[in-house]
Formats: sequence, C-alpha cells, structure tokens
Amino acid sequence: MNVSLLLILLLVGAIVTYLAGDKLASKVALFFGLASLGCTIVLLNHYNLGENISFITRWITQPNVSFALKADGLSLAMVLLTTALTPIIIFSSFGNEYKNSKAFYALILFMSFAMTGTFLASDGLLYYIFWELALIPIYFIALIWGNGDAEDRKKAVVKFFIYTLAGSLFMLVAFVYLYLKAGSFLIEDLYKLNLSSSEQLWIFLAFFLAYAIKIPLIPFHTWQANVYQKAPTVGTMLLSGIMLKMGLYSVIRWQLPLAPLAAKEYLPVLIGIGIAGVIYGSIVALRQKDLKKLLAYSSLAHVGLISAGTYTLTLDGLRGSVLQMIAHGFVVVGLFFVAEIIFRRYETRTIAEMGGIRAQTPKFTSLFLLLVLASVALPTTFNFVGEFTVLYSLSQINVWFAVLGGTTIILGAYYMLKMFQYTMLGETNKRIFADVTANEGITLVLIVAVLFFFGLYPKPIIDLITPSLEEILTQINRIN
Amino acid sequence: MNTLIAIIGLGVLCLLFEILDFRKAIIPITIIGLLGVLGLTISEYNAPNSYYNNMIVVNKFSVCFSSLFIVLTIFLVALSHNFYENHQSKLSDFIAIKIFLLCGAVAMVSFGNLAMFFLGIEVLSISLYILAASNRMNLKSNEAGMKYFLMGSFASGIILFGICMIYGAMGTFDIAEISEMSQSAELPIWFPIGIVLVTIGMFFKVAAVPFHFWAPDVYEGSPALTTATMSTLAKVVAMATLYKLLSAMNADINYGFQMVIVVISIASMTVGNIMALKQANVKRMLAFSGVSHAGFMLMTLLSITTSAGSLLYYATAYSLAGIAAFSVILYVCKNQNNEDITNFHGLGKTNPLLAAVLTGALLSMAGIPIFAGFFAKLVLFSQTIQAGYLVVVIAAVINSIISVGYYFKLILAMYGKEPNETRTGKPFLIYAVAIVALVLNVIIGLFPSVILDLLA
Repeated sequence: MNVSLLLILLLVGAIVTYLAGDKLASKVALFFGLASLGCTIVLLNHYNLGENISFITRWITQPNVSFALKADGLSLAMVLLTTALTPIIIFSSFGNEYKNSKAFYALILFMSFAMTGTFLASDGLLYYIFWELALIPIYFIALIWGNGDAEDRKKAVVKFFIYTLAGSLFMLVAFVYLYLKAGSFLIEDLYKLNLSSSEQLWIFLAFFLAYAIKIPLIPFHTWQANVYQKAPTVGTMLLSGIMLKMGLYSVIRWQLPLAPLAAKEYLPVLIGIGIAGVIYGSIVALRQKDLKKLLAYSSLAHVGLISAGTYTLTLDGLRGSVLQMIAHGFVVVGLFFVAEIIFRRYETRTIAEMGGIRAQTPKFTSLFLLLVLASVALPTTFNFVGEFTVLYSLSQINVWFAVLGGTTIILGAYYMLKMFQYTMLGETNKRIFADVTANEGITLVLIVAVLFFFGLYPKPIIDLITPSLEEILTQINRIN
Repeated sequence: MNTLIAIIGLGVLCLLFEILDFRKAIIPITIIGLLGVLGLTISEYNAPNSYYNNMIVVNKFSVCFSSLFIVLTIFLVALSHNFYENHQSKLSDFIAIKIFLLCGAVAMVSFGNLAMFFLGIEVLSISLYILAASNRMNLKSNEAGMKYFLMGSFASGIILFGICMIYGAMGTFDIAEISEMSQSAELPIWFPIGIVLVTIGMFFKVAAVPFHFWAPDVYEGSPALTTATMSTLAKVVAMATLYKLLSAMNADINYGFQMVIVVISIASMTVGNIMALKQANVKRMLAFSGVSHAGFMLMTLLSITTSAGSLLYYATAYSLAGIAAFSVILYVCKNQNNEDITNFHGLGKTNPLLAAVLTGALLSMAGIPIFAGFFAKLVLFSQTIQAGYLVVVIAAVINSIISVGYYFKLILAMYGKEPNETRTGKPFLIYAVAIVALVLNVIIGLFPSVILDLLA
C-alpha cells in the first residue's frame, strides 16, 4: 500500500462525480472525500508502523523525470489537512444549490487531487505539474460559480491566474537550471548540489516569486482580497484553507533546503516581509466593511506570521509554522463557513447590515465565538500552540521581531471581536435568523472539536512532523 | 520516396473521382489512403536510404516529420467534409490540392538537393495560394490569396536567389557535398550570403518578425479551413525545413548568426503576443499567436545539433492543439460571416464538450501542464539554457505569461458570458477530429518520451 493509491482515489472520485450527474454529484463527492480521508488515516498508520509508503517509478527518460511520491511526516501532515478539509468543504456546501453541480464537485475533488500531489511529489517537475494543475480548477470554480458582478469577477480571477502563473514560471526556470546541474529532478539529487551563493540567490528569488504570490506575502498580495470576495465560499475555503499552505509547505520543502545560503543572508529581510504582512493585514482588516474581505485580510496577517516563522530557520520556527498552517486551515474554513451561513439567511456580506443575531440563535453564536477565539489564538486552542511557538522562535532571533509579530494577537483580537460584536451582538435583529441546520451544525462542531482537541493535545501532530523537519534543518545547515 | 509516390498517386486518384462522379466516397477513401501512406512512411523509419542521386534522402528526421504532416492532413481532410458541404461540386479539387500540398511538405523535409527543396516549397506554396483564394466570391478571400501570393512569391524569389549564390560558391546543389565543402577553411563570401538569403525567405514562410506582416490579413481573409492548414501544417513544415536546411548544410552558425536568431526569436514572441492581446477576431488572434510560436520554435536553432527531437515535439504539440482549436472554430463560426470572439459567448453552456476541447487546446498553447504544450516549452527551455541563452528563456517565460492574457480572453468568453444563439447539429467528423486531436495532445503530454526519443 502506498500513497499513489490516495491520488488515484481522488482522481477516480473526480471522474465518477462528474459521471454521477447533477443530482448525485454532491453525495458521491462527499463519499470520495471521506474515502480519501480514511485512506490517509490508514496510510498514516502504516507510516507510523515504519512501513515504506513512498512510491517511485520512471516516467520520462529524456528529460529524466520520475513519478516520485515521498511520504514523510511533513507531507503526510499536509495531506491530512487536505483530505480532512475536503469532505468538510464539500459537506458545508450542501445547503447551496449549484448549477451544473456535477462539474462543480468534480472540480473540487480534482483540485484536492492536485494539491495532495503537490504535497507528496518529490520530483521537481512532477511537483511543478501538480502545482500548476491545482490552479485550473480553482480558476473555473471562481469564474463560473462566483458571486458579484460578472465583469469584476472576471478581472479578479484573471489577475489571480496570471499572477500565480507568472510566479510559477520563474520557478520552472529555476528547476530547469537545477536539472541541468544535477541531471535529475529528484529532490535527493537536487539536495546534493553544491551551488555557489550567487546561484543560490537567483534560485531563491525565482522560488520566492512563486511562493510569495501564492502565500501571499506583501507586496504580492493584491490579488487576494478580491478573489476571496468574488469566489464562491467553497472556492474561498479551498484557497485559504489549503492552497495557501501549498506555498508555505513549498518554502520548507523546496526553497530553504535548496538555497539555504541566500535564506540565511537575507533572514532579517524575509522575516521583515512576513511581519510587515502581519501588521498591514491587521490594520487593513480593521477597516473592512465586507465580512469576507475582513477574513481575507486577517488571513493575510496570519500567513505573514507563519512565513516569518519558517524564515527563522530554527526548529521551533518551522514546527510552529506547520502547526499554525494546519490550525489556520481549519479555523479559516470555519470562519468562511460562518460568513456563508449568515449569507444564506440575510443575503449580505456587509457587516453593517448584520447585528443582533445572538438572541435568535445562541448555539450558532457560541460556535462562532469559539471560532473567533481560536482565530485570535486563545490558549487551549490549536492556533495558540502554533502561534506561540512561532513567536517564541522569533524572539530567539530578535526580541523586536516577536514584539512586532505579537501585534497580531492584539490587533487580531481587536478586529475579530469587533467584527463579532457588530455581526452578532446588539439589539435583536428584526429580520428572522433561522437556527443553524443539522448539516451546518455538524460542520461547525467538527471544526471546533478539531481545534480544541489538538489545542489540548498537539503531541500526535508534533511527533509526526518533527523528524522530517529535523531532516530538512540538517539539510539547511549543511554548509556553514 | 515511396511515400511521395504514393501521395501523388492518391492526389491523382482524387481528381479521377471527380470525373467518375464518385464524390461521396472521396473523403473516406482519401483518409484510408492517407492512413496507408502513414503506415508506409513509418515502415521506412529504420531504413534510411537515398534515391535519384541524393535528390531525396529518407532518414529518421524526414520520416518523423512526414508522418506528422500526414496525420495533420488526415485531420484537415476529415474537417473538409463539413466545411465544403455547400461546395460539393468542387470537393475533389479541394481535397486533391490538400494532398498535393502534403506532397510539397514531404518533399521539403526529405530533400537531398536544393533543387528538390525548391520544388517542394513551390508545390506547397502554390497549393496554399489557391486554397487561400478558394472562396472566390468573397472579397476578403481574394485579397488574402493575392496578398499571400505576392508575399510568398517574393519570398520564393529570395530563396531562389540564395540558392543561386550557394551554387555559385560551391558548384553543386547537393546538400551532402555542400556540407562537406562548408567545413573547409576558406569559403567564398557568396556562401554565407546565400545562406542568409535562404534563411530570410524561410522566415517569410514561418512568419517570424519582421517578416510577419502578411500573416494576420491572410489568416483572417482565407476560408477557416485554409487558415487551419496554414497555421498548423504550413507553419510546421516551414519550421522543419528551415531547421533541416541549416543543420544539413552545416551552415556556419557562428556567433553573429546566432545573435540574429536570438533577436528574431525574441522579437517574434514579443510582437506576436502583444499584438494578439488586442485582437477581437479569433483567426487574427491565432495568426499572431502563431507568430509567437514561430519565435519559440526558432529557439531550437540555437542548439541545432541536438534539438531535432524537441522541434518535432514542439511542432506536434502545437499543431495538434491548433487542429483541436480550429475544429471548434469551424463548428462555431459555420454560417457566420466573421470569426469574432462574440461568436464564442456562452459556448460553455450551449456545448460544454467542444468548449472543453477548445479550453484544453488553448491551455496547451499557453503551456499549462499535462497538455503537451507544457513539455514542449520545458524541453525547449532546458535545451536553450544548456546552450547558454538564459536571456532568451527569460524572454520566453515573460511571453508565456503575456500569452495567457489572450488565450484566457477566449476561455472567459466561453464560460463567463451568456450565449447569444443556439446551434443545432452535431457534425460527427468535427467532434471526432477535435476530440482525437486533443486526446493525442494529452497523451504525448503525459508520455513525452514517445515523441522525444524518436529523434534522440
């Protein structure tokens, strides 16, 4: 049994969903989502028992490309995030009606397939192919099923596509350069290269462009808020919950070990860019009137902190980032789902038009509050574990980084609680707010449960990712 | 050699059908005949040979490219059925001309003598002039034919002049002898001048900047099927021939000449892409996109000793995507008097299958993975970096990004706009050609070795 099974399952799922027709599509997609989650758990089990679940076979002779999937703790953690969120995201969409839903759900599964592939691929070209492949489904999801004015949406989506493609093409050039030096795209062979520091700088920059756009880091974030707002909620969840993590994961897996000298030389700048994102995102979030846009900017602030954590090049920093990636994935999906639940009832995303919902639906309010608290990293939530570790690693580099990065907690608490206050509290709203349905309730409870469970007991995930992070760290520190 | 004779036989047969009043069978029989010729050609893959005092040289290069041309012709002939529905009386002429065009194409990649090369290029060009003007009641088609004829014959003149110069310098038309002599230290000045003139003539044929001005007008004015022929078959033929000329004559590709290629390649990519951004007519847009693809293919000349395989791959990927795209265009723009983007509005809703095919074809041209266009660019980039031309690759990358802009304009029109008319009928051959071409494209995208190793 190896990880290729998971990819086959997701791909077959996408095809079967499309063939199942509009009526059954959502259920079939959910089934395959859950099946892939089950498959991931079984694989994790095998991995923990020390079995080899990697998969490698020759694909193309000239150029020398292998179909290589390597499963270590880090990639499995990210795959788990993907396969756990995919069924949740599919399930969360059950309250909505989509035209041509067979294509819609097939695209979701196909995107999940591509993202899983990105996390598993250990051959540079294969990785690149999956990376690009993930872009096509989200493009169509946002374009066809998005909301708002069609012309504006088109502009936002095309900008997003061209931005990300532009970044990744430079990454491709970097891979081609590395290939010509190493004679192979396999990550092990690329790790063995001894590149001069100027070569590393160029490689680093090429990768940086791709990842900074995808994550997004300041000043490459301009596509983000608009696309989040215009995409359907499912698309926003896929983008913010999983796709951003592709960029962050790639930094750890590809960029840092391949060009450590450049990363070390520009360490303060890189951390600075991350922290600038934290502060900028938080301040802009304060001023947002649209709920989805506010969440988009809060996401920008969080990923800024995560990337600052990875660029510390310490074990704590890397570990904290990975933990925070997973925690953020869940919490952001939950928050966007809350926005969707409110939209289903009030048909608005403008914060000023909400308010006074609490009295009508106390259950929903408390779940929302728990999500808000998790988002601002309250102790006992998973986000706290991640954020605290990252801040700790930042303080080891320079206390001021930690102080500036820590503003995320203060500012975050401020804008999130203010948002909560304006949407939920206040005089009871005259418009009727129907209580959450069973489906919606289950989704929210699941997400909150995951956040609190791992907040109290993060050990399984820490144990899973630490060995592979240590391995990567040795690779980063190999030349001093 | 057998290929060439068989194709000519098939062409004559097509003309005889007209006399025998046997029109209905003409397309099936031609396709079957071409499939037979394809088999015949492939059987020569491992049997290199030369005929008539080196007039024709059959080697792996010529076999691979001839097979590609035959496959493209099969697609084009299959598309003719629907396209010439209202011109039944001239059907056999059109098909026969396409077969003769293929003759010229095959001669152009299997010549061993410059005289044969010139014969091939004229057969190909004259067939194309006729096809361009074939819609003779249409002013634009007339204009296209005239323009193409004037420009093309001008280019042919330059090529002929170049060949004379080479003959003057070397005293022979034979490629092998020229190649041998070109290695001597002292070359008469006429030789490089001749090479430059022939190259310029070929740049006309591939529509590289600054010799591209004819392309958009001719593409727009010609009947859509002829445009498809020009932008897939004719372009690939000219590119392969240029490659063969320069590599076979062992023309002294010195630094200066390479710089010229670098400049022309970058200029073609950039001008083609930027002009394509502004076009509202799909045929014009694809004409400029073709100019930029010519720029990409010219990059193979920078590592001429090793890049035959990647040229074949790029040509295959590009032309298959082109065939798939044009078959959708033929379907959409049938009974329309123009090929504006507005015709494509809402195709994603009215005809999801063909919209998906066109999307796939455009994604392949833009170089998005799993489609063959991606690997074509990848192989090209790695070869060019290896040859030491990182600048060209960076320019090519920037151009790939620009190209997404206009390819996606069409995709957006198909999925983002409301349909403005309904189309009925599902012409089987158009569907078949579109799907088969795209599937072939994806297959060679997933297994690039199939093509890449042929000329390794």
